[in-house]
Amino acid sequence: MFILVLEAFRKQKQITVQPDAENRDIPEGIWSKCSRCSEVLLNKDLIKNYKVCHKCGFHFRLTVAERIKMILDEGSFREMDANILPVNPFKLADYERKISEARKKSGLNEAVVAGEGTIEGVPVVTAIMDTNFMMGSMGTVVGEKITRAIEAAAAKRKPLIIFAASGGARMQEGILSLMQLAKTVEALARLSEAGQLYISVLTDPTTGGVSASFAALGDVILAEPEAMIGFTGPRVIEQTIRQKLPEGFQRAEFFEQHGFVDKIVPRPQMKETLAKLLKLHLQGE
Amino acid sequence: MAAILEFEKPIQELENKISELRIFSKEKGIDLSNEISILEKRAVEVRELIYNNLTAWQQVLIARHPERPNTSDYINYLFQDFIEMRGDRCFGDDPAVIGGIGRFNGRAVTVIGQLKGKDTKENLARNFGMAHPEGYRKAMRLMKQAEKFNRPVICFIDTPGAYPGIGAEERGQFEAIARSILVMSTLKVPIIAVVIGEGFSGGALGIGVGDRILMQEHSIYSVITPEGYASILWKDSTRNREAAETIRIIARDIQKLGVADKIVPEPMGGAQRDPGTAAELLGRSIAETMDELLDLAPEILLAQRYEKYRSIGNLAD
Repeated sequence: MFILVLEAFRKQKQITVQPDAENRDIPEGIWSKCSRCSEVLLNKDLIKNYKVCHKCGFHFRLTVAERIKMILDEGSFREMDANILPVNPFKLADYERKISEARKKSGLNEAVVAGEGTIEGVPVVTAIMDTNFMMGSMGTVVGEKITRAIEAAAAKRKPLIIFAASGGARMQEGILSLMQLAKTVEALARLSEAGQLYISVLTDPTTGGVSASFAALGDVILAEPEAMIGFTGPRVIEQTIRQKLPEGFQRAEFFEQHGFVDKIVPRPQMKETLAKLLKLHLQGE
Repeated sequence: MAAILEFEKPIQELENKISELRIFSKEKGIDLSNEISILEKRAVEVRELIYNNLTAWQQVLIARHPERPNTSDYINYLFQDFIEMRGDRCFGDDPAVIGGIGRFNGRAVTVIGQLKGKDTKENLARNFGMAHPEGYRKAMRLMKQAEKFNRPVICFIDTPGAYPGIGAEERGQFEAIARSILVMSTLKVPIIAVVIGEGFSGGALGIGVGDRILMQEHSIYSVITPEGYASILWKDSTRNREAAETIRIIARDIQKLGVADKIVPEPMGGAQRDPGTAAELLGRSIAETMDELLDLAPEILLAQRYEKYRSIGNLAD
């Protein structure tokens, strides 16, 4: 389930052309190269186009800040639990170093940001994952923040939207990471029993322990075009079965076809689609 | 007699020597009882020294011992009138997961477990205990059936992970595991999850959200196998041993971390050395646990189950 972390790192490298990968998403970089069609794009235009390649439609990965800007009404977002810092339960030196690199690279305290805001005026609770922080992997703190977001949605009777972007459970926290699957799902079960709406949005990548827990359990499951989705990453599958995987395997379109995704929504239409869904669920209230 | 692991050789050498002396003394009519008893004492000491100081990797080897009792053995030992139920009513039957109804100490219960084989042929038939989505969907079906008929559920965990294959992905491995976790989260009957060998990844947790998690003394449980950890994080699959120490997988550690509720003792050296006794000890522990849970009203049971998982990594900020 964790293998995708690697996959994703590999892929990330292909996306970036600036010499300094850490500044990839910061406006100082002028150009980006589309990792699919190799078109060289002005970052200014790219951001205006929701970070979608104007030539081939490739969806670049987003930072939390970019996602908030594209989805929530301007100025409406209020972050919750912003100050929970990462934990290192087994005191691993490698991990400590990775955490501090990730904090620097992403400008975030952890791989998920949760908060409240509005979408076309409809109040929501949302949690947004960011691959720039250790490939969005879920350890104790990510599990805790997601769970608190679910509980906040339940307590405030607001719809919940989670944007998943994760290689899976975070290996460095061992069994504690695995238990976050159970913790988040238990909280979702309560939200669901209370009759409240949960929309899960799968973005690139959503795999491992995140796909196999809260991300799979939306009342509505949306996905961004071509997002890599699945339990096991393609490289591990290839190694196991010793054959090349078919084109498009495990992409959002593949899972839509196999019945695991309600709708693939190109990023420029994501906000209006979410708003429509939210309003359809307001009826009668 | 179970196959000997590398680190157990000093014990085996002593045991061989003792039996040689016995034969010799019998054949020649010489009284060697003194020498034998000294060696026997020594064997006890060596055994204790080795088994009380196992490294994490040695624990892995015991947990994966091919002759270690598997789910099917424990079903035979501990459950009467067991009837296997097959199929997920959706796609097929997954031989990596076995499930059914049986009687435990007189009470009808549902049993579900991953089933590893004991040799290559069996392992191929059982896919090394690595489930496909239909395995989790079968498990969910049997759990809902247990709820309907008010039967406790006992799950035996023994898997290196869910199967990484094309069909498994196509049929929604991630969704099957997530859904199974959800079903366990809300099931109104007691669930006892027991790790009997190795338990790794969401593949293990897919049948593991119990009111209580029991671990046999030499079982192991974590988010990823030591091999996976070493090859992904260190890009070096030869560092398995180190990875096993690093990620905390042994029963004692999993209990300290607040995940395992009880450790079930095993015969000295592991369940494979005396499966009958291992089963008896396991049966006793399951019975005690079930007594605790059967007293609880469903709302209390569910509230406690929620709290168990909610409190794992509940941080003070």
